[in-house]
Amino acid sequence: MMQIQKTRWVEALTGNYATAYAVKAADVDVIAVYPITPQTTIVEKLSEFVANGELNAELIHVESEHSALSAVVGASAAGARVFTATSSQGLELAHEILHIASAMRLPIVMAVPARAISAPISIHNDYGDVMNARDTGWIIYIAASAQEVYDTIIQAYRVAESVNLPAMVAYDGFLLSHTVEPVELNDEEEVRRFLPRPVRPYTLNPKRPVTMGPLASPDWYYEFKYQQAVALKETYKVAKDVDALYGEKFGRSYGVLETYKMEDAEYAIVTYGGAAFGNAKAAADIARERGTAAGVVRMRLYRPFPTMDLLKALEGVKAFAVLDRAIMFGSPAEGPLYKDIATAMFIHGVDKPAVGVIHGIGQRTMYVEDMYKIYTMLRENPRKEVVFMGVRI
Amino acid sequence: MKLYYKTLKDLPREELFAPGHRMCAGCGAAIAMRWITKTIGPNAVIANATGCVEVTTTPYPETAWMHPYIHVAFENSAAVASGVEAAIKALKRKGMWDAGDTKVVVIAGDGGTYDIGLQSLSGMLERRHGVLYILYDNEAYMNTGIQRSGSTPKYAWTTTTPVGTAVKGKIQWKKDIMGIVTAHRVPYAATASVAYILDMVNKIKTALEYTEEGPTFLHIYAPCVPGWRYPENKTVEIARLAVETGYFPLYEWDHGKLKLNPPSSNHLDKSKRKPLKEYLKLQGRFAHLTEQEIAEIEKELDAYWEYLGKLAQL
Amino acid sequence: MSLPKAAELPIGAVIPEPGSTRRNKTAGWRTLKPVIHDDKCIRCQLCWLYCPEGTIAERKGVFQVGNRTYDVKYEIVYDYCKGCGICANECPTKAIEMVPEAP
Ligand SMILES: Cc1ncc(C[n+]2csc(CCOP(=O)(O)OP(=O)(O)O)c2C)c(N)n1
Ligand code: SF4
Ligand SMILES: [Mg+2]
Repeated sequence: MMQIQKTRWVEALTGNYATAYAVKAADVDVIAVYPITPQTTIVEKLSEFVANGELNAELIHVESEHSALSAVVGASAAGARVFTATSSQGLELAHEILHIASAMRLPIVMAVPARAISAPISIHNDYGDVMNARDTGWIIYIAASAQEVYDTIIQAYRVAESVNLPAMVAYDGFLLSHTVEPVELNDEEEVRRFLPRPVRPYTLNPKRPVTMGPLASPDWYYEFKYQQAVALKETYKVAKDVDALYGEKFGRSYGVLETYKMEDAEYAIVTYGGAAFGNAKAAADIARERGTAAGVVRMRLYRPFPTMDLLKALEGVKAFAVLDRAIMFGSPAEGPLYKDIATAMFIHGVDKPAVGVIHGIGQRTMYVEDMYKIYTMLRENPRKEVVFMGVRI
Repeated sequence: MKLYYKTLKDLPREELFAPGHRMCAGCGAAIAMRWITKTIGPNAVIANATGCVEVTTTPYPETAWMHPYIHVAFENSAAVASGVEAAIKALKRKGMWDAGDTKVVVIAGDGGTYDIGLQSLSGMLERRHGVLYILYDNEAYMNTGIQRSGSTPKYAWTTTTPVGTAVKGKIQWKKDIMGIVTAHRVPYAATASVAYILDMVNKIKTALEYTEEGPTFLHIYAPCVPGWRYPENKTVEIARLAVETGYFPLYEWDHGKLKLNPPSSNHLDKSKRKPLKEYLKLQGRFAHLTEQEIAEIEKELDAYWEYLGKLAQL
Repeated sequence: MSLPKAAELPIGAVIPEPGSTRRNKTAGWRTLKPVIHDDKCIRCQLCWLYCPEGTIAERKGVFQVGNRTYDVKYEIVYDYCKGCGICANECPTKAIEMVPEAP
């Protein structure tokens, strides 16, 4: 049994600063720095740590996010522990390299305070950026508090380095990235013990020369893609184990998804991110006061998708809604999480009313009242349909 | 440049670029790769941009490379190399790098340098990473089947600048990549040719050693058999004529001083240069040129030499 | 030949065997074959210098050619020679002849 360590302290931190503190604790070697709102304060804080000698890392002040990710791909391939962060247009610009990073099996960790994508330009929060990256082979966490951001970044290194895949830790831009919460920080020595540097299967080293990033013909390409598919699927168990181990050691763990009053819930909202979850919880409380057995499920690990956990969480409900903060234009259902869940249920023979709700686009305010209306809708008119909420139509 | 190799006898003998790769017979870039790898020695990491060299040398499960080698994408080899260099630095500082003084070298084509990779190259140069960036210039996007790039010379035929009835070949002039690079005030940048190997390897070695100070750059002229439409035994001859006619001057930019190298050092005097026609006439991509067009190219070349002459006096 | 299964391959398409294109003999690319006439070779090294494939080998030894003695001899490694003919084109004494490959 591991001892829960004692030398912890609490700081008032924004979500972005929580990220920076976690990266510092992880003793990262190379950081690619490029500004974009609402990510910028992460790399500013990290720059400060380096400037003050608190973090022994090389900062690369790249000239774009495409180069940011490319640089950490190079650094990670050379065996360094790396970090970068971006949002919105930056993640779009780097998109090409998202696929390459995962295919090259590099354990990069990247923070993504989520932000709407242009056009029109919006610096505000939704998950258009993260959702557009959801099938690039990365591990994707979506955290809901500054504390969880801190803990998840640390867990992400452990998971990524175990499975040789990159990990993205996303959270609400502004709503979480820029709001201050008390965050319990771990003893950095303990974090480093939690993150031993595993021997990487291949790195760029003249003593053991290898070729990375070759050309693969139709005889070979598919096998590597299959390897990747399997590796990401298998990450599910690793993520679960690492979260449990982290809990044992540091006293906080989250599971792959978080449930709120789901034990006896008849109606549920499934969502992701801090704001949507917080408001849905408040609405569930009101619904319960008014006699509806309401609950909330929050996805924490989004890729690999924790299918069975989710199906189990929704087992007892009569109907549920999936609150998405991104739009997949022209898709059979515009909400990305809604579509994932519909697929999961179809495969596993579960058939229940499920409403896809799109809301909070470009940080359109999601009122608790709106969430409450979702429960009413589920109770009064359970159906399968996508609803755009909060928009003037 | 420092003279590391005085005669052919001094050249490194060990081959560090394996045969069996799929570069065309007579490929100029292949000659460059052979000498780059020999000269940089085994303690180096190579970052390669997408292009002919990359696809022909890494057909899974085989590789021609004997160095640690990474290819990521087309436009980012300078950024990838920046990351490798930073990683080595950080890992060394933390006592986690076991390979000693490892150099980092980029190999990229003209498309990957003049065009799509220009931004990441500029970033790498501006940040002063200790990386040697080697451009092998075959004056078009060859890997995708001979499309024009910012490096393609005026009037040259390519598949996207065909010789039609209304327009014949490329309309624009070749970009001055050396001017762009030296504007970053790098410690060292030089042009080189696969026809002048002794000059080239001394430049490679000089540029490699100068990476202690910051980024260095080599522009290696590398004729392409199918792209330039000439018989495959003529690669070196054409590369040599490019220099002898003054079309591709050999020079180096060493800490702000421009120096012309032999034989280009004699070519400020136009009468010492062979007629440009001798270079152009060997190549199918210029076969459609009229006397007037050749005269226009020559005029532009004279202006370029005048400009080089002024730079050399600074 | 059956190719390895996905689980048997190194992850990330890494090629752990440097210089492994050597397995791929490119001799079949040739239509013309360079032949060095040693009696005309003056050991200038230019064929070795310019060969794009590195297929010209330097053999050390004592070689009596006419009334001259050399300590090296240039030989073509035909396994990889693609027959481009740069060596023949560059040879200052025309000591290299390009002869048609037997069909
Ligand atoms: C982003 C992107 N755009 C286009 C391509 C297609 N592409 C691959 S190689 C290449 C040409 C490379 O040209 P150059 O850099 O001059 O090298 P060469 O093939 O001529 O040696 C192109 C256009 C690509 N791989 N990636
Ligand atoms: S197309 Fe040109 S550059 Fe590419 S391998 Fe062939 S000769 Fe070399
Ligand atoms: Mg090219």
